[in-house]
Amino acid sequence: MNAPVTSRPGPPLWLLAELTYRCPLHCVFCYNPIDFANQTDELSTDDWLRVLREGRELGAVQCGLSGGEPLLRDDLEVIVAEARRLGYYTNLLTSGVGLTAERARALKAAGLDHVQLSFQDSTREMNDFLSHTKTFELKNRVAQIIKDQGWPMVMNVVLHRLNIDHIDRIIGMAAEFGAEYLELANTQYYSWAFQNRDALLPTRAQLQHAEAVADIWRAKLGDRMRIFFVAPDYHEGKAKKCVNGWGSMFLTVTPDGTALPCHTAKMLPGLAFPNVREQSVREIWFDSEGFNRYRGTGWMKEPCSSCEHREEDLGGCRCQAYLIAHDPTVADPVCVKSPHHGLVVEAVERAEAGVAVATEHPLVFRDPKNSRRLSTQPS
Amino acid sequence: MNALAASTRPRIGAGFRLQWESAQGCHVLLYPEGMVKLNGSAGEIMARCDGERSIEAIVGELETAFNASGLTPDVLSFVEVAAKQRWLTWE
Repeated sequence: MNAPVTSRPGPPLWLLAELTYRCPLHCVFCYNPIDFANQTDELSTDDWLRVLREGRELGAVQCGLSGGEPLLRDDLEVIVAEARRLGYYTNLLTSGVGLTAERARALKAAGLDHVQLSFQDSTREMNDFLSHTKTFELKNRVAQIIKDQGWPMVMNVVLHRLNIDHIDRIIGMAAEFGAEYLELANTQYYSWAFQNRDALLPTRAQLQHAEAVADIWRAKLGDRMRIFFVAPDYHEGKAKKCVNGWGSMFLTVTPDGTALPCHTAKMLPGLAFPNVREQSVREIWFDSEGFNRYRGTGWMKEPCSSCEHREEDLGGCRCQAYLIAHDPTVADPVCVKSPHHGLVVEAVERAEAGVAVATEHPLVFRDPKNSRRLSTQPS
Repeated sequence: MNALAASTRPRIGAGFRLQWESAQGCHVLLYPEGMVKLNGSAGEIMARCDGERSIEAIVGELETAFNASGLTPDVLSFVEVAAKQRWLTWE
């Protein structure tokens, strides 16, 4: 049934607090905005505590503390403690840089429930190359610190052309560290990853190999470590139900207080997003134009509006429609039914042919200098 | 973990948290970046799995509270499924 846009949405179950865009890493696949270096204004501790309270009053129950690198906020313990006290399940999404045993004890005392540790790769050279810092040994240590605190550990590895062939070692390492869950997340091409897309898109053969290796490990490890393989949507020809539906359960607050229905939505043209400094989370969630614009199916055009799958994928991702087709109101071009699907096929075929080599399109590292350079160019 | 029996004292698994959510009108089980909404009977069972009460005691309480009898097989089969998901654990 075609749900009317006026139907009252459920609660924002997932509150993602992006505490800062500062980050010691410079990952080439980062989804933070290209112009992050121009956004240095950060919410105060009190602002964050109020956002947490208002979100919880609406029924938010999962709280992600992310960034940038959230450990760079020295009030992280205060924020965790309040989130936990309010009844959130608190998730710290970190690169591990800055997580000393002492800090871990303080976060545990504050009530932190879980740590998701991201790794760029399992081989030191690749890891250092891709994250542009010497962090691999540190992550080995951090994994132990996380286990020592008794936290469940989710390891997250973003997969792409340059690391996907190391999949066997990556999974082996996660198992060795005692991770409960391993997310093998194929790169989603937004922001910095979109900038570097030609260098990062894997070949079909690489993907098939990676999935086969993941299956072998699943059989070997059984329940000991759950392995999630996040599908690569460029190759699947199938749009994903992005953030489980625009404004349906997911609320991101960026470092400067902008509230977004997904972490990358701010890039969309012609749509103003509210700020938690000016409006309550309740007004933002229920009444703002930013959250209402693409809710449900009422905004859709053909081929989405008459598509039998419109409720399953809700037209896919608005940011992907904008980035690839330059129009946020059209079908997600990864869908085979999209009139712009040819642009996705082209990118995949380029990856297949191996045309894009690093010498032709050098990787653009996510750092303040590149951020300022790219955000002054006309888009 | 020993085999499940009437004397088993289940508790919520490590990394999981059970709580009542009034916004959703149900018990939920929270875990890293996820949530399971529990139906009424699952919520009633899980809320009593505190590592102190035995299955026998939990069944007794439920039968009294809901004026029912013969709930043992239902409770056992739920606890077994929940343990497979790591929602529940015991010695």
